[in-house]
Amino acid sequence: MSGLKKILGLLWIVAGPVIIIFLFMQAADKIGAAAEGIARTNTTLQWAIIILIFIPICTGLVIFGLYAWKGEYDHLPESSEEL
Amino acid sequence: MRSTESNVTQSITQVIAASSLGTLIEWYDFYIFGSLAVIIGQQLFPSDAGASALINTLAIFAAGFIVRPFGALVFGRLGDLIGRKYTFLLTLVLMGGSTFLIGLIPSYSSIGYAAPILVLILRLVQGLALGGEYGGAATYVAEHAPVGRRGFFTSWIQTTATLGLFLSLGVIVLTKNILGAKNFADWGWRIPFLVSILLVVVSIYIRMKMHESPVFSKLKAEGKVSANPLKESFQKKANFKMVLVALFGATMGQGVVWYTGQFYAQSFLENTCKLDFNESRYILLWAIVFATPFFVIFGSWSDKVGRKWIMLAGMLLGVVCYRPIYQYFLNTTNVKEMQKTMLLSESDPVIERGLVPDKADSLITTTVTKTLTNGMTFKESKVEVITEDVLAEVPAVQTVIKDVTLSTQSYIIVIALVFFQILLVTMVYGPIAAFLVELFPTQIRYTSMSLPYHIGNGVFGGLVPFIATLIASFQGSTPLSGLWYPIGIAALSFIIGAVYIDNRRDNNVMD
Repeated sequence: MSGLKKILGLLWIVAGPVIIIFLFMQAADKIGAAAEGIARTNTTLQWAIIILIFIPICTGLVIFGLYAWKGEYDHLPESSEEL
Repeated sequence: MRSTESNVTQSITQVIAASSLGTLIEWYDFYIFGSLAVIIGQQLFPSDAGASALINTLAIFAAGFIVRPFGALVFGRLGDLIGRKYTFLLTLVLMGGSTFLIGLIPSYSSIGYAAPILVLILRLVQGLALGGEYGGAATYVAEHAPVGRRGFFTSWIQTTATLGLFLSLGVIVLTKNILGAKNFADWGWRIPFLVSILLVVVSIYIRMKMHESPVFSKLKAEGKVSANPLKESFQKKANFKMVLVALFGATMGQGVVWYTGQFYAQSFLENTCKLDFNESRYILLWAIVFATPFFVIFGSWSDKVGRKWIMLAGMLLGVVCYRPIYQYFLNTTNVKEMQKTMLLSESDPVIERGLVPDKADSLITTTVTKTLTNGMTFKESKVEVITEDVLAEVPAVQTVIKDVTLSTQSYIIVIALVFFQILLVTMVYGPIAAFLVELFPTQIRYTSMSLPYHIGNGVFGGLVPFIATLIASFQGSTPLSGLWYPIGIAALSFIIGAVYIDNRRDNNVMD
C-alpha cells in the first residue's frame, strides 16, 4: 500500500499543473468563442472565478502529492502527541 | 448508574436540539437563495439577459459558497480562541440579518445594477456566517457526545442541511400557492427571506441558554487554548497534511454528491426537463422526507463499522449511477417525441402579443396545453417575431416546452431516483462530522475541520449547479455533459480516500 501511495503521489503532483493548464486553455477557447459585449464579459468573469478558485486547490493537490511521495501518509497519527 | 446515564442522554439531547435548530435555520437562510435562483435572476438582471441572468445569479449563489472557507478560518479561529458557544451565536446573527436584508432589496428596475451588487455583498456575509457555523455546531455536539456514539449524535447535526433545504422549499411552495404565481414572481419571493428573522430570534434565545463545550472549558481552565490556531493548523506540517487528506479524500467527494442529489437534481428537472415549478420541488420534498432518517442510520452504523467505507461507497455509487439516472429523467420528460404517438387532447390556443425588448418588432406567443395518453400534460408555446423591416431576414418560429407534469408512474419513479441520490448524500454526509472531529485535536479542531469541510462542501459542492450548467451550455455538449464535473470529482475523492484514509475510529476527542 505504501508503494501505491507514493506512485499516486507522483500522479497528484503532475495532475495539479495539468488541471490548471487545461482550465486556462478552456477559458481562452470559451472567451474567444463568446460574442463581443456583455456575453464576452460574462464568460470572462465566470472563467476568472473558476480559475481563481482552482489555482490554490490545485496547489494543495501538488503539496498533497509531495507529502504522499515522501511517505508522510504511510502512517496516519492516532493521537495528538503524534501531531 | 442508570440515573447518570439518563442525565447524560438528556443533556446531549438538549445540546443537539439547540445546536441543530440554529444550524437548520442557517441552512434555510442559505438555500432559499438557491431555490429561487430563476426568479431572483429575473428580478436582479435586465429582462433581456436571458440565460446569462441565470448564470450570473448562480455566480452570486456560488459566491456565497466560495467565501465559506474564509468564514471557516475567521470564525474557526474565534471558536478555538474564545469558545464554541459565542462564536456560533455571532454567526447566527450575521446570517439572519443578511437574509432579512436580501428580502428588502429593490429590484433591478428600481435601482439598476445596485441590486445585484447589494445582493452579492449580503450573499458574501451569508457565506462567511455559514462557514463559521457548521464546524462549531458539529464540534460542540461531538465534544458532548459519549464515546462510541459520536457518529450517531453528530448525525443529527448532519440532518440540518437537508432539513434546511426542505424547509426552504416548503416555505417557497407554500408562499407561491397562497399568493399565486404572478404575485410570487413580483414580490412574494421576498417573504421566505423576511420570515427568516423570526426563526433566527427564536434560535438566538435558545442558544443564549447553552453552556460552553466541556472539552473546550477544560482546555481553557488548564490554559491550553491555542494562541494561534490558524498557524498551528496550517503551518505545522502534521496538521496541514491531515487537512489535505480530509479535503481530497473525503469532503471534496462528499460535497459534489450532496449538491448533485439535492440541488442539481431539482435544477435539472426544472430547467432541462422543463418540469413544472411546483412539481420539481414536490419531488425533492418527498425524496427528502423518505431519505432524511438515513443520516442517523448511517451515522450510527459508522460507530460500529467505521466512517470510511460508508462515505466512499456513497461516492462510488454516485459515479456509477448518475448518468443512467439523469438519462431516465430526460427520457421520461421528452414530451416532444412522446406527443407524436401519444397525444390525447389539446386546449384552445391562448395568444399573447407583445414587443421585442428595445426593438420595434412584434412578438406573438401562441400557447396550447397538451395532454398525453399516459396522463402527462405540458404547455407548448410557439414564439413568432413579426418584423417591420421588409428586407430583414424573417426569424424562425421558436417552439418552447414548459410546465411539464408527469404521469403517476413516472412521478413515483422520479421521486425514487431522487430519493436514491439523497440516500447517497446520507451515506457520504451522515458520518462525516464524526470523521472530521476525530481527525483533529481539540486545540485546533474548530479551525482545522471547518476549512476542508467548507472547501469540499462549499466550493466543490456549491459550484456543482454553476459548473454543470456552464459545461452543459458549451457548444457540442449534451444535457448530461454537466454531470462529468461531479462524477470526476467523486471518482478522484474515492481513489484518494480509499488509498490514504484509515477506517479507524478515534475514541478520544479530549486530546
